[in-house]
Amino acid sequence: MAKTILTVDDSASIRQMVKFTLSKEGYSIIEASDGQDALTKIGGVKVDMVITDLNMPNMDGITLIKQLRAKPEFRFTPIIMLTTESQDSKKTEGKAAGATGWIVKPFQPEQLVTVTKKVLG
Amino acid sequence: MSADVHQEVFIQEATELLQELEQSLLELEDDTLNMDLVARVFRAMHTIKGSGAMFGFENIAALVHSIETAYDLVRNGKLDITKPMLDYSLKSCDIIREMLGDPSMKADSPLAMEIVAFFSEAGGIKQPQQKPKEKEQENKLLKSSNLKTYRVTFRAPQDILLSGINPELLVKEVAELGEASISAQTTYMPELGEMEAEKCYTFWEIILTTDKTENDIRDIFIFVEDDSDLKVTLIDDFTGGSENLKKIGEILVEKGDISQDALMGLMQERKMFGEILIEKGLITKEALDSALNEQLHVRQIRDQKAVVENISSVRVPSEKLDFLVDLVGELVTVQARLGQIAVQENNQEMLKVAEEVERLVWELRDNTMSIRMLEIGSTFSKFKRLVRDLSAELGKEIELIVHGGETEIDKTVIEKLGDPLVHLIRNSIDHGIETPQERVAAGKPAKGHITLTATHSGGSVLIEISDDGKGINKEAVLKKARANGIVSETAELPDKEVFELIFASGFSTAETISSVSGRGVGMDVVRRNIESLRGTIDITSTQGKGTTITLKLPLTLAIIDGLLVVIGGQFYIIPLSLVNECIEFNAAKNRSSSGRRIIMVRNEIVPYVFLRDFFQAEGEAPEIQQIVIIEIDGRRVGFVVDSVVGDHQTVIKSLGKAFKDIECISGASVLGDGSVALIVDVFKIYTEIE
Repeated sequence: MAKTILTVDDSASIRQMVKFTLSKEGYSIIEASDGQDALTKIGGVKVDMVITDLNMPNMDGITLIKQLRAKPEFRFTPIIMLTTESQDSKKTEGKAAGATGWIVKPFQPEQLVTVTKKVLG
Repeated sequence: MSADVHQEVFIQEATELLQELEQSLLELEDDTLNMDLVARVFRAMHTIKGSGAMFGFENIAALVHSIETAYDLVRNGKLDITKPMLDYSLKSCDIIREMLGDPSMKADSPLAMEIVAFFSEAGGIKQPQQKPKEKEQENKLLKSSNLKTYRVTFRAPQDILLSGINPELLVKEVAELGEASISAQTTYMPELGEMEAEKCYTFWEIILTTDKTENDIRDIFIFVEDDSDLKVTLIDDFTGGSENLKKIGEILVEKGDISQDALMGLMQERKMFGEILIEKGLITKEALDSALNEQLHVRQIRDQKAVVENISSVRVPSEKLDFLVDLVGELVTVQARLGQIAVQENNQEMLKVAEEVERLVWELRDNTMSIRMLEIGSTFSKFKRLVRDLSAELGKEIELIVHGGETEIDKTVIEKLGDPLVHLIRNSIDHGIETPQERVAAGKPAKGHITLTATHSGGSVLIEISDDGKGINKEAVLKKARANGIVSETAELPDKEVFELIFASGFSTAETISSVSGRGVGMDVVRRNIESLRGTIDITSTQGKGTTITLKLPLTLAIIDGLLVVIGGQFYIIPLSLVNECIEFNAAKNRSSSGRRIIMVRNEIVPYVFLRDFFQAEGEAPEIQQIVIIEIDGRRVGFVVDSVVGDHQTVIKSLGKAFKDIECISGASVLGDGSVALIVDVFKIYTEIE
């Protein structure tokens, strides 16, 4: 069965790029525009992986990661954060919140595929 | 060493690569998803391009570049193999061949431009698709020169699972970099009651042999490196020999599981070393198992690498081999002389030595001959292309089936066999196999088959070219032969002789002369070629069912088993493989009333010829002569000689240019006592007396 990936980003173009790249690899994609939107969209769906931006309106990525990790069904789910800045502070903050790994923007579609395969197996 | 020498080597290499390439392409045509074949095609293209540019064949490099790129995409699953792609690839093989002959040839002929344009376009269109992943080739890995073995110790933070990382995936990723032995360690595993299900207590030790760098390995752990305990240690870089492999104690000391002092203290005791360590409570069972595992891994990889390196062959110029064969030939001659002298002297010691030398020389001879033996498969595979192209040209559907490609035959024989085989296969395609319509009308499958079979038969190799076409039309052959005056108007011939008519010169039954065949030169040349190899050709055919042509060839041309005979005090050799039997011949008794030279042998009439007359030998024939019965083309002929000496290891020497026009003698051989024996060309004599 195709694995489901949730992409959370306020930029429609990034979401589209993630969706385009990963659906070609056979994943099914759910899109959400921010943390709040993401939390409403995961109800009733099994999500195998989350790719989230950090800076978003309404609910930012760090908060989203914390909220997700608090849910039993998301305890072991890989969560990848997209960071525009490669500063360690954000990375550490994200990791502390429970992020699995990170991709630094701008990134190439191949990088996205590599990381996805890495954490999803 | 001049640049030319290198170029020469490249041309040789490229020619072999092209052949392999063609074969792979043809196989790929039937199995377009076979990634192994794609990888082979890519590698061949890659080598041709790379070496080509180095040795002054920029034209080849320019042509191959776009093709290589396209196949790289295929290899990575980004492009599908298409029929035009294979067609263009095959055409490019032809161009490369031409270019090899002429380095100044530019890669701008219309066809070359077309090929480059096609592949550039193909390379531009990326069609991502799920493709079977190319299998990691162990052998390729083992051949790599910068192979290293690392010990990767990975101890993840206990809550690693809670950050969404599956440590198992990381370990697998490491293992995919090369050849790996993985051991999971449980040293830090708490008692069952204290264990928390969501925590990870295991740590891993991976012994990895790879051509990747330490950084490549560390990259895998990028998300967890900060929190984990990760050690990557180089433990073997394959510089020393196997005897330098680390002892178990050394490994443990190196890993910090035991101190050097503690180790030295124990070295005195004579128990299984690892067991002592455990007994003394210095290390755990796991630490020992892991160290043992590491030792085993390194040893196995080394062994495998040694095997791979041993399998690889040595490339030697064929002249060197020919020279070696010559030397062995001389040695055989000298050995025969030694044996003869030992017998004459009746010296027991010397006889012993002579026998020993004989045994060694024979072994040496067999070995040397076997070096020159090549599998006939490479010759056969060349014909796949021929069949493919020709059948397309003639609008026929033909499949070539090859059996016995692994049959070995002397290099010189194989070289001379190519042309006759091409001719015979062309004939099968052109005259034998019908068009698909004709075949369906005759109730046969539309696709015709040509089967090439090679088998060993005693000292000979049988090569059979068999098709399921329309067979030979006897009436047409006879009509044609009569019209050409080859046989008389009224003559009625048995089937076998009718078929043999097609070997007569100036004979062709094809109504129209096509580009493929029908010019009437051919079958007679084929027969001459085969006979010059001391082989025979045999033909059977059933109308409507097909034709089978069988070539019988000697395994080698350099040394044969011969029958030594005497005629007028002079030694002659008759190839033993043709000899059926030897019987006594009493000239006075056998003089037939009709004056015809025939003799009854086991109720069969056998014609015979006096070699004494044939070679105009001096002196009188002895009262009792010997008749050597020879079988050629299934018919028996007797050669009358003065006496038969016995079998003789015949090292064939050519007679030299001055004697090249002498017929009925195919060569000479030096006997043990230094005298010369002439080798009788029985085929020539046979046709002469026909």
